[in-house]
Amino acid sequence: MTLLRPRSAAEALKLYAQSPGALPLAGGTDFMVAWNAGLANDRVVLDLAGLEAWRRIAATKTTITIGALATHADIQRHTAVRRHLPLLVEACAMVGGLQIQNRGTLGGNIANASPAGDTFPPLAVYDAEVELASARGRRRVPFGSVFAGVKKTVLEPGELIAAIHVPVPRRPTRALWRKVGTRAAQAISKTMAAGLLWLARDGTIAELRFALGSMAPTVRRLASVEAHVKGRRPDRELAREAAALVARDVAPIDDIRSTAEYRLAVSQNLLASFLTRET
Amino acid sequence: MKRLSLRVNGTLQRYDGPPFTRLIDVLREDWGLTGTKEGCGEGECGACTVLLDGKPVNSCLIPVCHAAGRKVQTVEALGTPGKLAALQEAFLTEGGAQCGICTPGMLMTAWAYVKKGGSDDPGAIRRELAGNLCRCTGYQHIVNSVASAVRKQRRSRAAKRR
Ligand SMILES: Cc1cc2nc3c(=O)[nH]c(=O)nc-3n(C[C@H](O)[C@H](O)[C@H](O)COP(=O)(O)OP(=O)(O)OC[C@H]3O[C@@H](n4cnc5c(N)ncnc54)[C@H](O)[C@@H]3O)c2cc1C
Ligand code: FES
Ligand code: FES
Repeated sequence: MTLLRPRSAAEALKLYAQSPGALPLAGGTDFMVAWNAGLANDRVVLDLAGLEAWRRIAATKTTITIGALATHADIQRHTAVRRHLPLLVEACAMVGGLQIQNRGTLGGNIANASPAGDTFPPLAVYDAEVELASARGRRRVPFGSVFAGVKKTVLEPGELIAAIHVPVPRRPTRALWRKVGTRAAQAISKTMAAGLLWLARDGTIAELRFALGSMAPTVRRLASVEAHVKGRRPDRELAREAAALVARDVAPIDDIRSTAEYRLAVSQNLLASFLTRET
Repeated sequence: MKRLSLRVNGTLQRYDGPPFTRLIDVLREDWGLTGTKEGCGEGECGACTVLLDGKPVNSCLIPVCHAAGRKVQTVEALGTPGKLAALQEAFLTEGGAQCGICTPGMLMTAWAYVKKGGSDDPGAIRRELAGNLCRCTGYQHIVNSVASAVRKQRRSRAAKRR
């Protein structure tokens, strides 16, 4: 194994351009499991630990920028994140146990692209953007477009996740984060939901954003549901209609953790009770 | 590769070897600190928990080069058989250990929790210890041990203020 240890982002991007086959290493909570199993023995490793600047979290009035190397613990501690992005804070508090949260990074969570990434439903409803950097330059990708499938992203050779930008949302009327698993911590979810709802003065729905995780190869915003409920009253009738539309936007599977049928039913119930305020 | 140095339980230790060796292996095999245990080797069980700059981490998931220049604390820093730390006493009196494999990791996570002023609320303790698995005790006695250590520390702090 060859280890590259850049001290700055510019150096990291240059080294990565020279050896695009290198494996980036952040907190190592996914990487080291593969390494310990001998899966990375002959590879070049690009260790990002020296990129202090990429660990920072910065907040302006309109945007919160989370460096790719910020850990799940860093995110939970940050005042502006706690105030404006509480669903992300709750999700980070459920990633593994404390030990994993102290090491695992947001960039690593995204790059790993598991269908069950805990931070994804919150980032999807917060309309986050992912900033990608390479020696050729930088580009921004809407959160929903960063994944190409199970364990696949749209990152090109030589490209790293530099930061996640989240627009500061208007204060929602209500918000939901729920991870349904065998056990709250240290367990991969059967399904996850994040929701933001804004009601207009007259009590009708001004905007709904709802995302599900573990219900498709990648995180999904429920576009059909979001469009259907706009301008309507959040009553039982609407909740039933919305629940019936969920299947259009997701593709749950049977696996060792659960069945497609169970996952769909739980997601529908989470959506319905969120709309009618029964959660 | 340059030599690495780490501050381990207050002593400066030097390491000369492959940078990607797991921290747990360097602790146990190079430095004889065998208090730290390996359960799963995959980050799931927390038996290998040590404190890195005061925070609980899984030493089976850390390449030793990531600990270079930093402070590492293992269960050996807590107390000795002749002079146990209050937390260790609590595990003894409350029955918080059976086979003992999970205990060093439990102690390290709990130690960080007690040091940062965690509460004796059983729910809060369970959340904090979620990354430490135990196959023997059923957890209740472990939670009781930590709660008892928290209360003891509170009493001794109050006594000092008086
Ligand atoms: C016991 C255990 C429990 C876990 N529980 C959960 C859970 O509940 N929920 C959850 O979502 N995840 C969980 N995980 C997975 C993992 O901890 C998280 O995905 C974590 O955020 C990964 O971050 P990292 O910094 O450790 O990534 P690393 O392991 O360092 O890297 C992960 C992958 O991303 C790539 N990468 C890292 N950073 C970048 C970057 N900036 N740009 C491009 N590529 C990059 C690496 O090459 C590697 O392929 C768990 C893992 C373990 C071991
Ligand atoms: S041995 Fe490290 S977490 Fe199990
Ligand atoms: S005492 Fe045996 S695993 Fe906890």
